[in-house]
Formats: sequence, structure tokens, C-alpha cells
Amino acid sequence: MSLRDRLFRIAEAVTTPLLPADYLDLVAPLRSGVELRGRILAVRPETPDAATLVIRPGRGWRGHTPGQYVRLGVDVDGVRQWRAYSVTSVPDRADGCLSVTVKAIPDGVVSNHLVRRVRPGTVVQLDQAQGDFVVPEPAPAKVLFVTAGSGITPVMGMLRSGIQAQADVVLLHSAPTPDDVIFGAELRELADRGVVRLVERHTDVDGLLGVDELDRLVPDHLDRETWVCGPVGMVNAFEEHWTARGIADRLHTERFRRAVVAPGAGGSVTFTRAGVTLRADGATAILDAGEAAGVIMPSGCRMGICYGCVLPLREGAVRDLRNGEITTAAPGDGVLIQTCVSAAAGTCDIDL
Amino acid sequence: MTAIQKKTHNPIAHLTAEDIETLGKELDAIRDEVVASRGERDAAYIRKVIANQRKLEIGSRAILLFSLFPPAWVVGTAGLAVAKILENMEIGHNVLHGQWDWMRDPKIHSTTWEWDHVSPAEQWKHSHNELHHTYTNVLGKDNDLGYGIMRVDEDQPWHPVYLGQPLWNLLNACFFEYGIAAYDLELGHNLRKGRYKTAEFRARAKQVRRKIRKQVLKDYLLHPLLSGPSFLSTLAATFTANLIRNLWTHSVIMCGHFPEGVETFEKRSIEGETRGEWYLRQMLGSANISGSRALHIMTGNLSFQIEHHLYPDLPSNRYQEIAPKVRDLFDRYGLAYTSGPLPKQVFSAWKKVFRLSLPNRRPARSVPAPVMPVLVSSEAA
Repeated sequence: MSLRDRLFRIAEAVTTPLLPADYLDLVAPLRSGVELRGRILAVRPETPDAATLVIRPGRGWRGHTPGQYVRLGVDVDGVRQWRAYSVTSVPDRADGCLSVTVKAIPDGVVSNHLVRRVRPGTVVQLDQAQGDFVVPEPAPAKVLFVTAGSGITPVMGMLRSGIQAQADVVLLHSAPTPDDVIFGAELRELADRGVVRLVERHTDVDGLLGVDELDRLVPDHLDRETWVCGPVGMVNAFEEHWTARGIADRLHTERFRRAVVAPGAGGSVTFTRAGVTLRADGATAILDAGEAAGVIMPSGCRMGICYGCVLPLREGAVRDLRNGEITTAAPGDGVLIQTCVSAAAGTCDIDL
Repeated sequence: MTAIQKKTHNPIAHLTAEDIETLGKELDAIRDEVVASRGERDAAYIRKVIANQRKLEIGSRAILLFSLFPPAWVVGTAGLAVAKILENMEIGHNVLHGQWDWMRDPKIHSTTWEWDHVSPAEQWKHSHNELHHTYTNVLGKDNDLGYGIMRVDEDQPWHPVYLGQPLWNLLNACFFEYGIAAYDLELGHNLRKGRYKTAEFRARAKQVRRKIRKQVLKDYLLHPLLSGPSFLSTLAATFTANLIRNLWTHSVIMCGHFPEGVETFEKRSIEGETRGEWYLRQMLGSANISGSRALHIMTGNLSFQIEHHLYPDLPSNRYQEIAPKVRDLFDRYGLAYTSGPLPKQVFSAWKKVFRLSLPNRRPARSVPAPVMPVLVSSEAA
């Protein structure tokens, strides 16, 4: 045992049943070697319902690749809530901070809190950046970004990092009105300088973007490596379009929120280590059911993309709320399921 | 035989089964109100208490490094005793009840918390949350009543061994955390039944031994060693702080279910108990302590024992707020809300310990027990 380990063991014996970390947390919550946290340094409004949070991450932060998201744990009304947000800052910001941009969605507990109520100085829980909605190195010669609403956030991270210097970039962005365009001024400035071709779609006037309009708006769109980020309906339409042409591998997607198919029958769910058993209906995600019963559930995007909520299903059956697919586990299995998009489809034993 | 203390009346004879169910619904409504309004203010409260407790503990232990100097000994010991009381009562007891689980903070959660106590949190949660809170004041089921070593009711047959119970109670008070650990292990019961050889008991006993070892190492070796020349005086200081904490927690807990006016129940009376009847048993089986805000915090708000027993998992800072509403229910349903200042309640509890150490003065008379009306009628049938 090294001297360091030995000293650590003694420190633990001195503070038992607490850990030395519990005392250090009182003075240095952002230090290295502990679970990652961040301090919100500034909250800047972007549009009437969106704001950018500048966060100083703890010393364990390993950085991000433009386009990735970060899971944020925020206490709202005293309850810890986790959500995933795209990083909108460049990876090597001089001050070492990162930023995320949040759009308040109707009834969004966390988004409304972050946009309207959170104050600089607040410490939030952080996770390392994740996600594969990124542009590879070297970048393809021609790129198309299709975004809607806050779907611009991962793309903004890429643009700020200078993707347009390596590729010919077209950005097709939808928002209800010109004023609702997050980063509107910054995007238009890029377009004015001629480094990005920007097509703004104002859906209050022009209606939702249809895939059939692509030929007119971006005639060479099928020659472009394409990244789409937006609501489920839009992303699905693009997937069909690209798949029908046999070039689905050139399309990269990220969705907000899940689309729920018709629910199944539900069942009883047991969290074996927590010792909690509950009845969950077939329309409720196991994550929501567990949280409602007071179980500490790992969670993240709550829409099936970030895998922050994955737990082993030891036995039983769950139904994917997005497509109705059933996953079963025989006794002893440890099938990993995404609890945020899985509902019980029978009796389930979950290892938590 | 009845389980009620020798009273001439049944305190719930005036309530019908419907009354009790309505009472249950009214109590549910108070609970729902609190659950719906739990939020940032409550979270801030417990975080502040935890932060202050840690600062007080670390500060007191730092002062005790110089405990050879008498003023440092006095200040450090007092601070450490208060820190230990807060840690056990307002923080540990309540976190382990799951009162703060709703915050979903894994650091302040009943499943992850460990406390400054020789009984491992896991075992205490079973004997306290499951047994004591479910079977509150039911003779033979709730071992918190006299901890299995004392005669707590006139109806328990007297035996000369009970002559010593004031002494047992004093010893239990001085080393209360060890008493709790033994009791969570059901030590006496398991030894008597020869279960001490089972793998399950041995595993649990091992957990307790490990916990005791860690606690003793910290309080009686490491911190004294850190004090260097003040080794012995720091040792005495931590011992004194633990003693004060034990005496205090024992007194508070004795006041919860032991003073005059608190009812006990017989096993039969809880068969088929409804939610309303369970609530009623909690109301009759608990007693409050009146006093200042500081007293309430130092008792972990167990000074609102009645409210705590009605709602064991609501945040402790809310008990004081709902107490007037609960009290109003007692008044409207004609029940006695037992409450009194700490010295009076401690005296009352001790008086009972002494009285019951002797045989009953009069032969026990058959008086109606506070069995639930529903069961009374089923007995008659």
C-alpha cells in the first residue's frame, strides 16, 4: 500500500462514518478526484425563452468534442433532476469554462428553472461529455446541418469550433419567428461573412419544413454529409428520405424527447438492491415510476439518447416506449435497458 | 387482560368506526398538503443543518487538540456533544427514516446514509422503521417499549428481577448507543433461542463489531493520538461527549412513549387494523415535549413525537408547522394530546420505571382496553 493510500485510510478512520470528502465538500466542491460538479458563473438570455449558462466545471472535467452533450444535475424545488444539454462552447475556451444553451419548453421543470430562475453561483452536478453527434476528423468536404428550435445548440458548438473552415457548410434552421432563432445574430453574421450558407425557416409564416422542399432549398443535399437535430417528427422524416435513397449511413441524427407508441399492460417492478417493489403501468417509463417511489434512479436526457439511465434487467420483460419493442431477460441475465424509455411489460427484476 | 395502564375509562370509547376512518382521512389530508409543498426551503434547511453540524464537529475536535488547556476541554466537549446530538437526532435519525429521500440527492438518502452510532444504519432501519413504527406501543411486538429489559406496563407479570430496572435504565441511558445496537441485533432474544450460531446472526453481529471498532478507533484512539500531549484529556472529552449524547437521546426517546398518559396496546388489538386505527394508535401511543426551537432541533424534532409517529417520513422541519392542525384533530375527536416540558416528561417516565419495578399495588382490575371499536364488536360476535 502506498503512503498516499495509507494516509487516506487514516483520514477515513478519523472521519468515519463520513468520508474526508464530506468535509472537503464544504469548502471545495469543484476539486479534483470527486464526482464532477460545476458552478454556474453567468446566465445570459438568448431569446425570450432560451438562455446560455456559463459553467466552470470541476477539475475532473475531461473536455468535449463539438456536438456532444453533457448531463446536468440541478436541484429544482429541492429535488435533484438530471437533463442532457448540448455543449455550445468551444472545447478550449480560454477561461476553462463550458456553456450550454437551454430552451424553456412548456411545463419543462428543469428548462424553465435554468432559463428563468437559476442564479449565478449555483453549484450543479455534471457528467463527462458524451454523444456521437459529432463531425469526424477530417471533416467531409460538404456538410448540411438541419436543425429546429434548440436543435441548433450542438451545431452551434461545431460552428464556433470552426467546422466551416474545413468544409462547405449549409445550415437549414427552423424557428417560429426570426426573434426565436437562438444565436440568430451570430448565425446571420456568419452568413453575411459568407463562411456559412444559412437558410432560415420561420415556421409561424412558412409552416414546418418538409423533406420534399430539400430539392429546392438545398439542391445538392444528397451529396452532403448531413446532421439533423430537432423534434422526433422532423428527424424521422429525414431518416426515411435518406434511407429510401440507400444513403442512411450519411445521415446523423439527434432527437428531442421521445415519441410514445401505444402502451402495453405494465407489471410489477422490483428494484432488488433498493428493496422496492412497485406497480407500473405500461405507459410509464420505469425511470419515472422508480423516482415516484423514492428510488434514486440514474437518469439523463429522459428521451432515450444518453444512456445515463441504463440498468441491468435481471429477469422480466420491458417495452420500448418509442417503438413498442419488447425486451426480455431470463433469470440471471443482465440485459441493459434504458429505463427512461422502457415501461414494464410484465414482472421485472432490476438490479439497483 | 388489558394492556392499558390502570385507568377507569377507555380513551376511545366515544369514537365509532366511522369516526376513526374520518379521522384517518383528515390526517391523510394533512400529509398530502405537506408532500405537495415540499421544496427548496426544506432542502435548504437540511443542507444547512448538515453543513453546520459538520463545521461544529470539526471545530470542536480542533479545539480538543488542545484539551489539556481546561477552557478548551470544556468548549470542545460541549461543542462535540452538541454536534453528536445533532448528527444522531435531527440528521441521522431523520435521514434514515427517508424523510429527505424525495430530494434524490444520493448523499442525503436513507439508502446511503451511515451515522455516528455503533448500530449499523441498515440494522437500525429494520428494527426502528419497520418494527417500532409499525407496531408502536404494542406489547410483545414493539421492543422499544422497555427494550425487552424492563417492565413497562402493569399487566406484565412482576418478577423480582424488575427491582433492578431503575439501575438497568440508567446504565442503558449511559451507554444508549450500545443498548440500541444490542437491541437491533435482538441480542437477548437470539441468545435465548440459541440462534447465535446461525449464519445470519453471525453476519449481523460481525457488522456491529466492525462498526463498534471503527467508532471506538476514531473517538478513543485516533483523535486522542492527534492531540499528542492532550491524549488523555481528549479521550476523556470524547467519552464525555458520547455520554452526554447518550443520556440526551435516551431521555428524549423515553419521553416519546413512556410518560404517563401514553397508551399501550395488546397484540390482539391490532389484528386487521385499518389505516385510521393505525393513526389512532400512533396518536395515543406518543407524547410530545414542549419547548423552544433550539430544543426541538436538539431532539431531532422528536419533541413532536406524535406528529413524527403519524408521518415518520415527512421532513422533520415540518412537524412543528403541522402540530397545530394535529392538535386541533385531537381536540375535535376528544383525545388527549400528551405534551409537557422536558424535565416534567423525563420525571414522569422515570417515575413509571420506578413504580413498575415494584409489584402492582392493587390487583389488576379488568378495565376496557383501548382496542379499536371494530374489534370490540367482532369480539362480541
